[in-house]
Amino acid sequence: MLTRRNLLRTAAAGGLVAASGALLPAWARSASAGNKGIFEVSGNAFDLTIGHSAVEIGGRSGHAITVNGTLPGPLIRFREGETVTLKVNNTLDEDTSIHWHGLLVPYHMDGVPGLSFPGIKPKSSFTYEFAVPQSGTYWYHSHSGLQEQLGHYGPLIIDPAGTDPVLADREYVLVLSDWSFEHPHTVFARLKKDSAVYNFQQRTAGDFLKDARENGLEATLADRASWGAMRMSPTDISDVTASVYTYLINGHATEDNWTALFNSGERIRLRIINASAMTIFNFRIPGLPMTVVAADGLHVQPVETDEFQIGVAETYDVVVTPPRARAFALVAESIDRSGQVIATLAPEAGLVATAPLLREPPVLTHRDMGMDMSSIDHGSMAGMDHGATTMSDPVPQTHDHRMGVGVDNVSMVQLSRIDEPGLGLESVPHRALRYSQLRSLTPNPDTRAPGREMEIHLTGNMERYMWSFDGMKLSEVKEPIIFHEGERLRVTLVNDTMMSHPIHLHGMFFDLVVGDTDHKPRKHTVIVKPAERLSFDVTADHVGDWAFHCHLFFHMHAGMMQVVSVLPLSAASVAPPSDENPQPEVRMPDMQHEGHR
Amino acid sequence: MKSARFFAVSLVLAPLAQAPAFAQVAPVPGSQAEVYWDEDDFKASQDALKKAHGGAATLFVLADRFEYQSGDGSPALLLEGQGWWGTDESRLWIKSMIDYDLDAGTFEEAEVQALWSRPVTRYFDVQAGLRHDFEPGPSRTYAVLGVQGLAPYWFEVGGAVFLSEEGDLSARVEAQYEFRFTQRLILQPRTELNFAAEDVPELETGAGLSTAEVGLRLRYEADRQFAPYIGVNWKASTGDTADYARARSEDTETLSFVTGIRLWF
Repeated sequence: MLTRRNLLRTAAAGGLVAASGALLPAWARSASAGNKGIFEVSGNAFDLTIGHSAVEIGGRSGHAITVNGTLPGPLIRFREGETVTLKVNNTLDEDTSIHWHGLLVPYHMDGVPGLSFPGIKPKSSFTYEFAVPQSGTYWYHSHSGLQEQLGHYGPLIIDPAGTDPVLADREYVLVLSDWSFEHPHTVFARLKKDSAVYNFQQRTAGDFLKDARENGLEATLADRASWGAMRMSPTDISDVTASVYTYLINGHATEDNWTALFNSGERIRLRIINASAMTIFNFRIPGLPMTVVAADGLHVQPVETDEFQIGVAETYDVVVTPPRARAFALVAESIDRSGQVIATLAPEAGLVATAPLLREPPVLTHRDMGMDMSSIDHGSMAGMDHGATTMSDPVPQTHDHRMGVGVDNVSMVQLSRIDEPGLGLESVPHRALRYSQLRSLTPNPDTRAPGREMEIHLTGNMERYMWSFDGMKLSEVKEPIIFHEGERLRVTLVNDTMMSHPIHLHGMFFDLVVGDTDHKPRKHTVIVKPAERLSFDVTADHVGDWAFHCHLFFHMHAGMMQVVSVLPLSAASVAPPSDENPQPEVRMPDMQHEGHR
Repeated sequence: MKSARFFAVSLVLAPLAQAPAFAQVAPVPGSQAEVYWDEDDFKASQDALKKAHGGAATLFVLADRFEYQSGDGSPALLLEGQGWWGTDESRLWIKSMIDYDLDAGTFEEAEVQALWSRPVTRYFDVQAGLRHDFEPGPSRTYAVLGVQGLAPYWFEVGGAVFLSEEGDLSARVEAQYEFRFTQRLILQPRTELNFAAEDVPELETGAGLSTAEVGLRLRYEADRQFAPYIGVNWKASTGDTADYARARSEDTETLSFVTGIRLWF
């Protein structure tokens, strides 16, 4: 038996360090285990082994599927423009894959089985090879089965070919994730059978009495009747909650007190990656302002804030300068506030930051249901206007998508919420980041006006736990969404559900329409808030078939995924479509919704 | 034909497999990467991709009421459960109801339904299939057509009509509600009404409303899937059905106290 002291001595001697009972890669180790910040590495050949591993999470052991034996996997770091080879050995008895999230790779290297390649068969290996024209903070994860939820993910950093505009004395990667001791198959099946199974924040008789005291009996009855009539729950914020999840920073639960070190006055760059399966986090460092310098890997004009909501699969780089030598809490709180994970940023190892209490859970309103009739300005249809920004007035529902049994709601009143910080952060007593504050550091590479617009609705039926785009699950979709090489499109996403969905498009960055600017923030994943109408402009410059999906893992598995096919111009028999010369609609609007024209 | 064509194309293009453009080939949206890989492997992975994203089947088993009843009549064990297996679009739905008289050592009721269930609206399924009653004798088989789902204000409701092999028509409606005192303490009122279109002397059932049942169960969800409960259950036969009961000097109504567990997986 190794005692902890022995273990540490051994580790120090061998340059290997144990944390939480499992060996972790250097970047994920705590300060007490020798982590003083991550360093640049050179190298462009990587050997990755996918296998089963025992892991220890919050003092309890579990079974994980890991990359090179650790959860999270190793930090893959290389330089912009260099050709890298990544050999993936699959020791599992099932297929596996790695998707390079946010990397502009050739489509057959994108790692989505059934779309980019057939997957990596059991007991075989596959070598990815690509060079990417980008730098920044990214991550990788399995796109096979339910492996991602089991630990098959890790961070990826690409150092810029030139100098990095972000100056920092020290940097750390913070991989946020959610771990379940319940097998993801079970979690998904339980959601299918009872979609509220993990919600322990439902409204009770006690809440009724409290609301009646505060708002009056009549108003409370009317409120309950209105939600009841819709068969919707205003506490339906997260499908999977802290009742089954342990939230992690770099593989560590709160009690591990993962610690990052700093010297007073240093500029610390934190590369924050939300590698969760199902958890949108609110991230803050109480008492320490953060300057956001990159979003989804790409640099943005520095903007100072105190808290931000980070959707599943999004990344943010922030710079902090702790003014004095004390411990700060790195707090990642789940959007439904059922739980949080806390790590420490401290001048020395062994300090524990004071953890804030969990805040009151947010409660959805009729605004989130797309039923805020009061906000409609009947004289205006600005959101429908081609040239208008999305800083527009609410738009009534007009889209004609399929309304099947899988669509329980349409947002009758769609809102521009790009200038809101995210569900539950509207009224925090400090600054909270809004997408509308983000501006690309460099001018957008393509500033053409979109030649074509398409509107895609995010749809679902919470009761049946069915999720889809435009009412069509991937299992039902007949044709991909077609983009033509080189064309500039505006894609408008309308959230007809009452949940926030982090929507991810593979293979392309899109320019989030945040106003009339040629410095739109460029992203690979964007949170679409309940009842929100949001647009991005995208240049279809990467030919191939690309996955397009909600990055909430079980939403994707329930069907909330489609394929975007960027067809090469050289093969097209017709001129690229435009609004004047529209392409035939590829997805069939089918039944009409009961309650709407 | 199509696959043969693609096989040929793949062969021709094999030397070009690392080249970025395939100008000569009209790309098939969603299958553009196929040229790089073994066609069969790729096709199989395409099918798997679709199935894994919205097409998977689930198995559900629920024992909604598994309880010991005591009160006016003789004590009884009751098991009312249902379960399904299938996809969002199509499910095999099994329902069963077993009522065992502990004193007499006989089954008062033993009924199984096997239904095919299909969603028809956002919250309702239509179900069709067969029901077989082993007890009370003589055993009967029925054709079933029903609906089940979630009504506004969160009422779980179901209704079905039954046509027996003898041509007798009957119907049943059920409704229940979950009233949440806390996140785990839940009161479940429940009612069931049975109707018959005509007298069926063999089954001692009279035309009209034949039986009515109202229950109130208070459960504690120690785990969402495992909840012990206590409650009361009132059951009555009415009209001609009550006359049959009186003729056999049986009670026309019974009030029972129940203790049981609700579980699902």
